[in-house]
Amino acid sequence: MEDFFKINGTDLTVFLPAELDHHNAEKIKQGSDRLIQNNNIRRIIFDFRRTSFMDSSGIGMIMGRYKNIRFMGGVVAAVHVNDRILRILTLSGIYKVIDIYEGLPEQSQMF
Amino acid sequence: MEQTNEMMIEFDSRSCNESFARVAVAAFMTQLNPTLEEVADVKTALSEAVTNAIVHGYENEIRKVTVTCSIAGQVLTLNVSDSGVGIADIAKAMEPLFTTKPDTERSGMGFAFMEAFMDDVQVESAVGKGTSVTMKKRIGRIAGEYHD
Repeated sequence: MEDFFKINGTDLTVFLPAELDHHNAEKIKQGSDRLIQNNNIRRIIFDFRRTSFMDSSGIGMIMGRYKNIRFMGGVVAAVHVNDRILRILTLSGIYKVIDIYEGLPEQSQMF
Repeated sequence: MEQTNEMMIEFDSRSCNESFARVAVAAFMTQLNPTLEEVADVKTALSEAVTNAIVHGYENEIRKVTVTCSIAGQVLTLNVSDSGVGIADIAKAMEPLFTTKPDTERSGMGFAFMEAFMDDVQVESAVGKGTSVTMKKRIGRIAGEYHD
């Protein structure tokens, strides 16, 4: 479980699994909330580099983290987003409230 | 005559079986020679229906989910059935962003995704009896040939 998460200052990077469905979303939810609370996190970065599948349960999980962190003045970003994941993020409307990057924020344009 | 083929799987309503159901259906549909995008569309729609059966139909109680998958010509038909709580108002349930479980971070996008990724989605349900979702998608359009 621990290899899903990396903390750098007030940034939490979540390395999402290959398939972000209901089963895996529940695991990420539980693991990340504990880290966010205990480490004064101000930015959550969802890294999709390993992810080839996501459904609406993944959207629910990201939306939930967004609501929690925005309450504390934080932001959410998605990085290494491929075409398929971008389509799901766009279809769900969540792209309006999170920053989405094809690569890493310092290397690539925002979608 | 049109080629037909059918398979059925039944499994416990455990969330770890969601990926099993997706892989089984993806493997079955390869005989239609689908594009990667078509496979991804079907996997997403199936995942939504199976997740609904587990989360809403059975409310995380362990019972059986049935997935039937059939092929007629180039049309793939998927049916996902549970014998759980059922849906009182199907039209309401299918509205984007509507969910009966906002507290558990359900996005309310399940049926919207099924409709976005499949050509047709039909829902039959009876309260206390269960829910049956039938979805169709035409696979492998031949270049220059279009179907409405």
